[in-house]
Amino acid sequence: MILSRLAGRPAPLAVGLAAALVLPWFVYPPVALDIACWALFAAAVDLLLGFTGLLSFGHAAFWGGAAYGSGLIAVHSGLPFPVAILGGAALAAALAVPIGYLSVRLRGIYFAMVTLAFAQMVYFVANQWRDVTGGENGLQGIPRELFGLDLSDPFFFYYAGLPFVLAGFLVAWRIVRSPFGRVLVSIRDNPARARALGYSVERYKLLAFVLSAALSGLAGGLFALGHGFASLQEVYWTTSGQAVMMVVLGGIGTLWGGAVGAALVVELNDYLATAGFQETGIITGAIFIVVVLLFRRGVWGTARALLARRGAPRPEQREPAPSEAGRSAETVQAEG
Amino acid sequence: MGDPVPDAPVLAARGLVREFRGFRAVDGVNLDIAEGSVHALVGPNGAGKTTLFNLLTGFLKPTAGSVRLGPHELAGRSPERIARLGLARSFQITSLFGELTPRQHVELALAGRTGLGWRFWRSDKALGRFADRADELLGEVGLAGHGDVPAGALAYGRKRALELALALALEPKVLLLDEPTAGMGAEDVDRTVELVRRVKAGRTVVLVEHNMSVVSSLADRVTVLQQGRVLAEGPYDRIRDDRRVITAYLGDSHAAR
Ligand SMILES: Nc1ncnc2c1ncn2[C@@H]1O[C@H](COP(=O)(O)OP(=O)(O)O)[C@@H](O)[C@H]1O
Ligand SMILES: [Mg+2]
Repeated sequence: MILSRLAGRPAPLAVGLAAALVLPWFVYPPVALDIACWALFAAAVDLLLGFTGLLSFGHAAFWGGAAYGSGLIAVHSGLPFPVAILGGAALAAALAVPIGYLSVRLRGIYFAMVTLAFAQMVYFVANQWRDVTGGENGLQGIPRELFGLDLSDPFFFYYAGLPFVLAGFLVAWRIVRSPFGRVLVSIRDNPARARALGYSVERYKLLAFVLSAALSGLAGGLFALGHGFASLQEVYWTTSGQAVMMVVLGGIGTLWGGAVGAALVVELNDYLATAGFQETGIITGAIFIVVVLLFRRGVWGTARALLARRGAPRPEQREPAPSEAGRSAETVQAEG
Repeated sequence: MGDPVPDAPVLAARGLVREFRGFRAVDGVNLDIAEGSVHALVGPNGAGKTTLFNLLTGFLKPTAGSVRLGPHELAGRSPERIARLGLARSFQITSLFGELTPRQHVELALAGRTGLGWRFWRSDKALGRFADRADELLGEVGLAGHGDVPAGALAYGRKRALELALALALEPKVLLLDEPTAGMGAEDVDRTVELVRRVKAGRTVVLVEHNMSVVSSLADRVTVLQQGRVLAEGPYDRIRDDRRVITAYLGDSHAAR
């Protein structure tokens, strides 16, 4: 059933899948894996920002927490890498339960600040707990084992990791197109009304938060195994910020837009780094501002709106599903 | 109409107070709503009617006082819990989910009781099982044929009608309607009156209403609120002729005549 609905919109799906499959032929394979991981991370953040109306500024806790978690499982257990990744995702979800419980009641900027504060606590722990995390040196030498297969070549590991990213996207897509996703959108648009209909807004937000954290953890764990180490950068606040930036660049509430934003930011960072730029943040920040000012709906959201206008003479083809409709950045900000 | 038997009230407020920074918007209200009655709440703008609704439905916490719905004490419960206990409300200011269609609105309202909303692994097409009932409700409020447009694009009167359909979808024991006919044309007002008359069977309705012909044709009892206090209460005919009420609405000069 999932597949038949996905197949209902073959063009973008086929393009996205094809792009994912050929990516390491066109970009440096480790960068290709970075793009895939960040794409899933951005989609997970968009699940909250675009579909629940929650701007989390602390998702580095889940991405980074899972990076360490997956790394530790791989280092100490020697289990196959998929176990390590899924273990990291489970750890991120578990971490999200108390953090989410204490923060989803808050609105707008307060939610953002409290999630940021929790992520800083995770950073503090990762920094202090040297015996386990390696402190400032990071957790080094994470193996990637799969029944004796040699996965040391980044090109092959990209294809070993890609199914997890695709599965993560499938889960995210299913969530926004589920009855639960419909309730989330209604909460985003009008929480008081959702309450009056009997929906426990906080509990729904909490589940969305935990699911989003689990997907972020899946991405972060794969990222750590791809690099063979987990560093403090993974739990640093700029990591949270970068994920939000990718979502806004790609288009809030579009899900796939995050992948476009991730590709742009990772490629740009890589390009600037190889060109010898030290302060890549200035450049990406400037581009970010320009895109946000020029395309309110982000790159993907704007492209889709243009396509929809071209296809407008056949309105019966457009499903009225809420999660599909493009949402501008202003709407989400107004909601917060 | 007109059998206001005040045996055990289905909804009862005792000593309700709500302050906003020292200002008492609701100031010691006692209210008994008889089961099966239509009870109108009237009073000038700013009298505290909407605040009272918010206190009854848990959207505001009372500064003091208590509310009972049948056997349940409501004070301190969340709005969603109170809604699930059978106290549904409409909002004075139209309050919808901009992107959803009217049918999707009503489907969500119908799904609330079932737990379907938690199924994040299922297709949202599962909500379609409520589509027939949703269309029925939309038909009842005069929105047949408008199920598929974005609710944000509906004309004002139709948004009000959708508010009503949402409250009805919850099949509440007690239905609180905050100015359901405000801003409606005469035709829509008539249909709303008809609708309330039909749906009051088997339930209790409390409505805030400024249109006195609506009040007179629907209400078994009327409570007049002024500056957060109950000024008068009784059957419509008695309230209509109450001198204090006339004063509250029209000023002293009218009452003197
Ligand atoms: N959230 C609030 N904060 C401060 N004052 C409020 C708030 N809500 C209502 N009030 C005040 O309480 C009084 C009663 O308002 P309301 O209940 O909306 O009256 P009504 O519905 O009878 O017109 C008004 O003076 C209003 O300004
Ligand atoms: Mg009012």
